[in-house]
Amino acid sequence: MKQMRPISITGGTLVTPEGLVEGNLRLAGGLVHSIGGEIADGDEVLDAGGLLVAPGLVDLGVFAIDKPAFHFGGITRAALMPDQSPPLDHPARVRFAAQSGKPDFWVHPLAAATPGLGGMQLAEIALMREAGARAIATGRSWIADSGLMLRLLQYAAMLDMVVVSHAEDGGLAGNAAATAGEIATRLGLPSAPAQAEALAVARDIALAEIAGAKLHIRQVTTRAALDLVRAAKARGLPVTAGVTPAHFMLSDLALAQFRTFARLSPPLRPEDDRQAVIAAIGDGTIDVVSSGHDPRGPEDKNLPFADAAPGMAGAETLLAMVLTLVRDEVISLERAFALIASNPARLLGVDAGQLVAGCEADIALVDPERPWIIDSRKMEAAAGNTPFDRQPAQGRVAALWKGGVEIAL
Amino acid sequence: MTSPQNTASQGRFPAGGRAFPHRDLISIGALQTHEILYLLEEAEQWVDFNRQPSKHSNALAGLTIINAFFENSTRTLLSFEIAGKRLGADVVNMHAAQSSVKKGETLIDTAVTLNAMRADAIVIRHGSSGAVGLIAGKVDCPVLNAGDGQHEHPTQALLDALALRRKLRERGREEFNGLVVTICGDILHSRVARSNILSLQALGAKVRVCAPPALMPVGIEAMGVEVFHSFDAALAGSEVVMMLRLQSERMEGQFIPSPREYRHLYGLTLERLELAAPDAIIMHPGPMNRGVEIDSDVADLAGRSIITAQVEMGVAIRMACLDVLTRKARNIPGWGQNDLGGQWV
Repeated sequence: MKQMRPISITGGTLVTPEGLVEGNLRLAGGLVHSIGGEIADGDEVLDAGGLLVAPGLVDLGVFAIDKPAFHFGGITRAALMPDQSPPLDHPARVRFAAQSGKPDFWVHPLAAATPGLGGMQLAEIALMREAGARAIATGRSWIADSGLMLRLLQYAAMLDMVVVSHAEDGGLAGNAAATAGEIATRLGLPSAPAQAEALAVARDIALAEIAGAKLHIRQVTTRAALDLVRAAKARGLPVTAGVTPAHFMLSDLALAQFRTFARLSPPLRPEDDRQAVIAAIGDGTIDVVSSGHDPRGPEDKNLPFADAAPGMAGAETLLAMVLTLVRDEVISLERAFALIASNPARLLGVDAGQLVAGCEADIALVDPERPWIIDSRKMEAAAGNTPFDRQPAQGRVAALWKGGVEIAL
Repeated sequence: MTSPQNTASQGRFPAGGRAFPHRDLISIGALQTHEILYLLEEAEQWVDFNRQPSKHSNALAGLTIINAFFENSTRTLLSFEIAGKRLGADVVNMHAAQSSVKKGETLIDTAVTLNAMRADAIVIRHGSSGAVGLIAGKVDCPVLNAGDGQHEHPTQALLDALALRRKLRERGREEFNGLVVTICGDILHSRVARSNILSLQALGAKVRVCAPPALMPVGIEAMGVEVFHSFDAALAGSEVVMMLRLQSERMEGQFIPSPREYRHLYGLTLERLELAAPDAIIMHPGPMNRGVEIDSDVADLAGRSIITAQVEMGVAIRMACLDVLTRKARNIPGWGQNDLGGQWV
C-alpha cells in the first residue's frame, strides 16, 4: 500500500527531537514532508483535536509478530529476536521474517549470533545482513565462550552491525526463575544472584572495547550492571542499554502467589534495583525501552512458576508505562519518544522513529491522558500474559499511520 | 484479633469466628497461630486413638481421598494413606510414574481429571514450588499439600510441633515461648525448614538456621531467623536440634566436597551434642543418612531423640487435617454449608 494523497495533520502537538511544536505535520509519498509548514491545496486535512502527534514506536526486541497488539500499542516497527522456532540463523529465514509484517508493519529481523543459538560457532551473519537482518542478537541466552564472543564482536564491528546481547552469566543463572533474596527464599524458587547480570555486562563491555564493536545490552535491570554501563558511556564506548517496563514498574514482590505472568527473563529484581532502573532512565544511562513482547498462552503459563515459560505480552502496555515516567517527572515527553522510537531506530539504522523531514511517515496520534484498565482477558495480543493485569493505566493510541497510510485500529 | 508476634498463650480462638476457616491446607504461612494450635489440639485425640489395638473410625466413611504424588515418597504417602484408612475413607494412591503425566498431560488437566472423579479430598506432593496451590485453584474439594518443591510441607511442620510439644509437656514445660530451636542442614532445598520456621516462630520459639553458605538461601534472615554457618556456634544454648538431610536429588552442581567432609563440619555427633543445652531434644524429619548428618548413637538417644515420635505424630496430624477439612462436606454441625460463621478462604 502506498500513500496516494498528501496528508496534513493539524491541531495537534508535534513531538519532535527539538521539543514539542504546535503546528501542522505534512506527510507525502510515504515520508514526512514538513513539520510546522503550511497545508497545501489538495491535501487530505485531519484534525488531531489537541492530541499528541508522535512518531510510531520502534520496538527493539520482540519474540513474536503480533500485529493487532503492536498496532494497539502504536508500534509500527519491531526488531524480531532470533529466538524463533526454528531460530533466525539462516538467510532464508531472515528474508522471510523481514517480509512477514508488510505492508502495514515492518519487521527488522535480528540475526542469530550462533547457529541454533547454541553459542558454539558463528552464524552466517553477512549473508543474513544481505537478507535484511538489521543487527545481531545472542537471543535469550548467553554465549559462555568468551573467545567466541570476542570474535563475534570483531566480526560485527567489521560489518558495522550492533550486537544485541542478553546479560546473564549462564553458570550463575542456571535454571533460576527468580532473583536471590527474601521473596525467592520465602517462595522456595530456584534463584540466582542479581550479580549474574553485572558479570555478563562487565565481560561484554570489555570484549566490545577490544573489538571496537557497538554493543546494545537489551535489558539492564540491576544497580550494579547499570553502574558498569554508565562508566562505559563516560569513557565514550559505543555501549547502549535497554529495559522493558516490567523492570521499572514491578519488583520481585509481583511473584507472590506464584503468578507466572511475572515470570520473566531476566527475573524481576528487588525494589532497590527497580529504583536504580528508574534513575538510569532519568539520567540517560538507559537508551531504549522495549516491550519484549512474548505472548504465551495457558500451555506455557498455567504451570507451576518455575516450569512456566518466561516472557510477557508487552506491546499494548509499552506506551502507557513509559508515559507513567513522564507523569512522574522522571523524563520529558520528548525523551519518552527517544526511548521508544528514535533511539531504537538509530540502533537499527532505519530512517524512522522521529518527526524529521525525509523520515518514514510512521505516525501515532496519542491521547496521553486517556484512562483505561489493563485486562489480560481483553487484549489484542495473541495471549494476555501481562504482569500489569487489572492495573489502571493512562495513554492510548487514537490513530496510526504506516508510511502515510492509516491503519484501522 | 491475632498479631504476627502471637505466642501460644495469646493464640486463642477468636470469638465468633470459625476454628479453621480454610478449605485447603497449602502452607503454614497462610495460617494464624490459633489455627495451628487448633490442628494440634485436634490431633491429640487421634494420638490416643492410634494407640488402641483396634483403630478404626467411620468418621470419613464413604469419602474418597486421592493421594496424588508427583514426586517419590515413602513415609509421607504411607502416613497419609494410614490416616485416611483409619478414618474409614476410601484411599486411592496415584504415583506419577504410573500416571498420564508421563504421557504429556499437563498438571492442570490431571487436576481436572482428579476433580471429575469426585474426590472428597486430594493430597498432593509435587516437585515444583507453588504447584499444589495451582491445583487447589482448579478443583472443588479440599487440597492438602504434602510438599511442593522447596516451598512448604505444612503437615510435617505440624507433626514436628506436636511431637515437640508433647515432649516439652512431658518435661513439665507448657509453652514454646523463648525455646531455642536450631535447624541444621540443607536449608536451601528444604520445604521442611521453611514450614518449620514459620510454625515454630508462630508458636513463640526462637529459630536458628545453620548450613554452609551454598546451602543457605539468600535473605532468609528476613524470615526472622538467626543465621549460622558454624554448627558449633549454633548449638550453644540450643534446646532443640532439628537435623535435615542433604537433598542431593535437588542439587544441580556441587554444593559440598564430600559427605565425609560434610559430617566433619555439620554432623551431629555425641561429642558435638555436648555443646547444646543440657538434655537438648533431637529431631529429624527423615529419611536419615546415619553417619552423615546424624550419628546413630545420637539418633537413637533415649529420652532425647523424638525421631520415632515424629513419625507417630505424623499419622495423628494427618488424621486431624483430613477430619477438619472434610467437616464442611460432611455437614458437621457448626461446619456445614449454611452455618453462620467466618469467611471460608
